[in-house]
Amino acid sequence: MTNEPLLRMQSIRKVFSGVVALDDVNFTLERGEVHSLVGENGAGKSTLIKVMTGAYNRDGGEMFFEGKPVNFRTPEEAQNSGVVAVYQEVNLLMFRTVAENMFLGREPRRFGLIDWNKMYREAGEVLRNLGLQIDPKAVLGSLNIASRQMIAIARGVSLGAKILVLDEPTSSLTEREVGLLYDVIRRLKEQGTGIVYISHRFDELYAVCDKVTVLRDGKFIATRPLAGLERIDLVCLMLGKQREDLERKGATAFGEHHEAQAVQPLLETENLTRGRRLRNVSLRAGRGEILGMAGLLGSGRTEVARAVFGADAVDRGKVSLEGKPLKLNSPNDAIKAGIAFLSEDRKAEGIVPEWSVRENMTLAALPALTNLGVVSRAKQNEIVEKFMRRLGIKASSGEQKIRELSGGNQQKVLLARWLCKNPKFLILDEPTRGIDIGAKGEIQSLINELADEGLGVLMISSELEELVEGSSRIVVMRDGECAAELRGADISQDSIINAMAETN
Amino acid sequence: MAEAITQPMAKRSASSFADYAPTYGAAAALVLLILANVVLTPNFADVDNFRNILVQVTPTMLVAIGMTFVIATGGIDLSVGSLMAIASAVAAVSLDYGAYPAMLAALVVVTLIGAFNGWLISTFKIQPIIVTLAILIAGRGVAQVISNGGQLIPFSNPSFEFWGKDSLFGILPVPILVMAVIIGLAIFILRATIFGRHVIAVGGNENAARLSGISVNRTKIMVYALSGLLAGIAGLIYTARLGASDASQVGQTIELDAIAATVVGGTALTGGRATVIGTVIGALIMQIITTSFNMNGIKFSYALVIKAAIILFVVYLQRPKSH
Repeated sequence: MTNEPLLRMQSIRKVFSGVVALDDVNFTLERGEVHSLVGENGAGKSTLIKVMTGAYNRDGGEMFFEGKPVNFRTPEEAQNSGVVAVYQEVNLLMFRTVAENMFLGREPRRFGLIDWNKMYREAGEVLRNLGLQIDPKAVLGSLNIASRQMIAIARGVSLGAKILVLDEPTSSLTEREVGLLYDVIRRLKEQGTGIVYISHRFDELYAVCDKVTVLRDGKFIATRPLAGLERIDLVCLMLGKQREDLERKGATAFGEHHEAQAVQPLLETENLTRGRRLRNVSLRAGRGEILGMAGLLGSGRTEVARAVFGADAVDRGKVSLEGKPLKLNSPNDAIKAGIAFLSEDRKAEGIVPEWSVRENMTLAALPALTNLGVVSRAKQNEIVEKFMRRLGIKASSGEQKIRELSGGNQQKVLLARWLCKNPKFLILDEPTRGIDIGAKGEIQSLINELADEGLGVLMISSELEELVEGSSRIVVMRDGECAAELRGADISQDSIINAMAETN
Repeated sequence: MAEAITQPMAKRSASSFADYAPTYGAAAALVLLILANVVLTPNFADVDNFRNILVQVTPTMLVAIGMTFVIATGGIDLSVGSLMAIASAVAAVSLDYGAYPAMLAALVVVTLIGAFNGWLISTFKIQPIIVTLAILIAGRGVAQVISNGGQLIPFSNPSFEFWGKDSLFGILPVPILVMAVIIGLAIFILRATIFGRHVIAVGGNENAARLSGISVNRTKIMVYALSGLLAGIAGLIYTARLGASDASQVGQTIELDAIAATVVGGTALTGGRATVIGTVIGALIMQIITTSFNMNGIKFSYALVIKAAIILFVVYLQRPKSH
């Protein structure tokens, strides 16, 4: 063995139709190293990974694997050399066994038939080596999500991976399961496997990674050992800001609390009930107020939003806006009344992926953008220009397809879809989920601004920090009911957690 | 970031033109096909022949345009052939009340049946292929009942036959004129009206469309009604040209030609991407293949196989490109 690192990428460049996605990026991975890759959306992390694993062909630069220059043209080539990516949404067969999944496409054979014994034996060995107690004969679909994720990693290991790329490996895991993942990573490390680790969660980076490489706008910013690197400095590197600036403004500029301005509430719900999911939910939200809503998964927080928006029919209960009762049979009724709803599931309920930024942004406003029934391109462009500027949406133009944008920019387009209709009340369900820290801060300050302008906001979030910093009042949901309402000095992460956890 | 990794990255960012333009594969195939025939097929490059091709393609074209709207929402309409037959039969048996009342009655009936398709599909969430297959089967039966057990009903009614047989100024056959007007309207509706944009939005992401205040059910009902209406017009033109209603034969397997024309033209079967111009090109490709094979005396059975090969090839040309 030489002193050459396991993988060395030098001056990597990648251009998509004239847009530079990666420019002069360096990345070095040693044996047995866990190396994190961080950056805002659009920083170029995914592009770099795809170049590394052969999904994209680079337009410039050099790549050395174990000291030898390489040029992976397809993911298969990279895999055969030992560079394997494990994606967040695992592509596995639910109705086949663990072993079959691990050896899919390269099953051990004997006399032209699958050698089942050998396959189970080898799968068992790989799993044991990773410290996993999973039966190779178990049907994958019968395992929990965490185990499936481990199988995906084990599959990579059994492929003989020398480099494993883990993309958001913890996004669907519980805390305990994350510990299991860490154990697996440690074992791989001892065996000399190099790991590229992508995650938005700083806690994880510090728990498991040795080094971090920061990218910003497709450029290489720095590679640093994580030990001794303060979090605030890492944020500064990611955002390209000076530490002094951050300390003056705070990391998110999201600290102001709004108090309800009017005696009469803007939006009121009375005894909203829908089966067992919602039980007698009564809320009041004022103009210029950010009403936070907390709750665990399944507590009914999204159900409240959907009921108010008319997306789900309720068994009984009333919603009124500005004192006028609304009939809510469909989202259309709510929209006409001036309510807007940003869904938590951007992909499934938000974007029309094949459409441009312009068409996505104006989808809900089309009837207002017509001349004699014909959709006016000029009126659309007016809105697109205005909101691309106001929200700082990064896209090559309004005609770029939305699926090509980063998550944060997609979210901004969806926000604009509602803001261009001048709503009176805005419901935000997890407005900053899965968004990098820069775009997150921008969206949070925007919410603040909107409330300042007199909009009523209901903000559902599973991030307590966001709720505590941003809300003037917080309603905590539990088992379909309002479990607590916190205001003023009562608002703290502790009090929210207490309200979530109390039993009836 | 996480999803950015799994997202396909388009090499070429979309221009508004590329959104509407038919895929170039289909256009190129059409040009090639015409050029090859001009060289190889005697009498192909003749105004009469082109006129003939356009008249013959009219029913398929109209049905395919309706199909394009349906497929744009992510659905499919197999019932169109039977709706043509129903329109044909209704018009033929009610010609005694006058040509125009009879035609109007025929179109109202098939539009309502189309809306019924859409109602079942949207309100009861039954798969489009099942609903329209049922109407395909039942509709043919209904058409035969209307026409006294599927008898050929000949008629002589100049006002009705005008729509199939006559030409304006002696040079422009009426079916071609009707087809041209409908193509123009369809392009305009899909591209520039709220309804057209809603159709694509529903096919592109139904949940997002619903949460944006679009009435998904109404949009679907309208789309299937439109498909029914266009099938009805196709049935009437075909019947008028024939001078008789043949309820057991009108529109047989036209749904397959219409789907092929739509797909060849570049409309995505998954919904969310549709091009009327592409469908027009697709329908022309199909018709020119048929006509040129006839003119060259190639047996019909061979023609079918070669037609299928050409369909596969054109669709292959338009497959989504990966990076």
